Amino acid sequence: MLNPAAPGFWTDRRVERLLGAVACLVLLLIGGMIAFVFSKAWPSFAHNGLAWFGSGGDVDRQLEDIFSSPSNPSDYVYELHAWSLIWGTFVVTAGAVLIGIVFSLLAAIFIVEFAPPRLARLLEPVVRLLAAVPSVVYGLIGILVIVPWVGEHLISLERKESVANVIQLNGSSLGVGILILTIMIVPIMIAIVVDALRAVPGSWTEGASALGVNRWRVTWSIAVRTARPAVVAAAVLATARALGEAIMLSMVSGSASFAPNPIDGITFLFEPTRPLASALVENVEGLTVVPFGQTLFAFAAVLLVSSMFLSLAGFVAKQSMRRYGVQP
Amino acid sequence: MSATAQRAPALPARTATAPRDSVRAWPLRDRIGYFCAWSAGLALIAIAGSIVVYMAFRGAQYFDLSLLFESPNAEIDQSASGGFKDPLIGTAMLLVMSTAMAAPLGVAIAVWLTEYGRPAGLARAVESAIEIVAGTPSIVLAMFGLILFQEWFGFLTFDAEGSTLGRSFIAASAMMSLIALPLVVGATREALNAIPRHVREASYALGKTKAATIRRVLLPAARPGIGTGAALGMGRVAGDTAIVVVLLGSTLQIVNGTDGGIDGLFRGTGSTLTSYVYLNSPAGEGLAPEKAYFAAFVLMVLVIILNFVVTRLARGRKPLWTR
Repeated sequence: MLNPAAPGFWTDRRVERLLGAVACLVLLLIGGMIAFVFSKAWPSFAHNGLAWFGSGGDVDRQLEDIFSSPSNPSDYVYELHAWSLIWGTFVVTAGAVLIGIVFSLLAAIFIVEFAPPRLARLLEPVVRLLAAVPSVVYGLIGILVIVPWVGEHLISLERKESVANVIQLNGSSLGVGILILTIMIVPIMIAIVVDALRAVPGSWTEGASALGVNRWRVTWSIAVRTARPAVVAAAVLATARALGEAIMLSMVSGSASFAPNPIDGITFLFEPTRPLASALVENVEGLTVVPFGQTLFAFAAVLLVSSMFLSLAGFVAKQSMRRYGVQP
Repeated sequence: MSATAQRAPALPARTATAPRDSVRAWPLRDRIGYFCAWSAGLALIAIAGSIVVYMAFRGAQYFDLSLLFESPNAEIDQSASGGFKDPLIGTAMLLVMSTAMAAPLGVAIAVWLTEYGRPAGLARAVESAIEIVAGTPSIVLAMFGLILFQEWFGFLTFDAEGSTLGRSFIAASAMMSLIALPLVVGATREALNAIPRHVREASYALGKTKAATIRRVLLPAARPGIGTGAALGMGRVAGDTAIVVVLLGSTLQIVNGTDGGIDGLFRGTGSTLTSYVYLNSPAGEGLAPEKAYFAAFVLMVLVIILNFVVTRLARGRKPLWTR
């Protein structure tokens, strides 16, 4: 009776149920992922309370203690103050996204409004190429070219000595991380903003042009203004991407869990740091040690929650352009 | 009406006829903005150009075809440490396996969302779940995969003297398919939405069921879109490192998971080009930047080819009825 090859088998109802079941399966998988990661992460949060997010001590040493904690479950060490990792994540992400917004907005305006047609046609594959370069290639260029160059030419001896008793400066630094991360997230933002600028109704900008407003003002005050939700969406989605960037940052931003101090002035940019995601990649070998694994899952949970909110926020922001009758 | 459609070409024509609207006549603030936009666009080209030229230069400098056919060895002496045959095979396996998982799943979800999508609440939930996967860092997906395959699907993973580590090609490609999934779903949905309503109605009017319409009319029309999504997904899969490092381990050679046979290959561990680059760079253990450069060059070529495929697919064959 139930023969999938028979002609009358694929009725509408069966197809709908089958496809719906596949969709539910994925939904279940994602729900399961969130639940699993949190259940694994719970002991680390429960032992530390809010101090988990606070500062204090050296994270690297705390991680070492957790890793070498006794095998008896009641003696597990969980103490962790992850502030320097969170601060590192925040500074790198915020820096890259702030520079990225300005840069990608200008580049998108250029592509849509000012580029000669030939250049605009060239820029499209260029953006796609920059988006497609694997993060490990960016990391390789960073660690073999930019980091040594910065270490030799940009960091003077006095600067190294000025913080010598706190941290060693060798070129792998916050600044290099921000620089490369900006290049990595800019293509995503440009793609979204360009789509939005192209979707701005032509009659709006033409109306302004007819009143004698110059092209820059038309673009800036009408097209960009209409596309504001898309700029927000682009920033939010790029933030999600930047948060999760692990490999490239673990290669170029130094391997010390150090919280760079903004009071140091320019030196701030040359100090090494380590975001959450790279801390995960670098320590993943120790996942089999129970308390250490749970601590790593706590990192993963923090990343998961932030990226979840960001991607949903980006989704909502993209929708809000419909209010203007503009299809994003 | 037609002026609305051709806004972009209309602008240069207007500047040509109205000489007073030259950039020189603009207020300083506007001229600065104009200049910044130009320099941002040119900087973009310069950055992309220098990355490509630099990688091509390094690739040519360390060009050595024999590396492609030698297995890697964990040797400090670089003349004996072999090439990257195994990572190449690993990359190919991951690409094929994860696309084989992501494409049918993604197409099914996209069809369900656009053609059925009932109940609406469930559809909304599935939509946001896809949105969440798209934004989840791959390292988090990798760690989730590790528990999933350690605790539930241990029989699909590498068997290290009785203890399951949760590592295998199956585990890695399953998690990789989650990376590719949102791209496939997005591209397929876009393609399905682009098919006009009257095409579906014509099919119903001929007495086709909805299921038959999907299979015989909508899916063939959406094929370029599905191809675009799959190729985009493959590009992401080829470039991802975190999942490989976590779910395939840091062995460079392909290790058979069981005593042999084809299932052992799928359950085995190994490496891909990305993990080869990572482990051979100063960040990993092996200090072989030359080989890392060449492997990265091969990886770039692969990604650029996939990129080219996407461009061709997106440009090519539009269904006849859309004019």
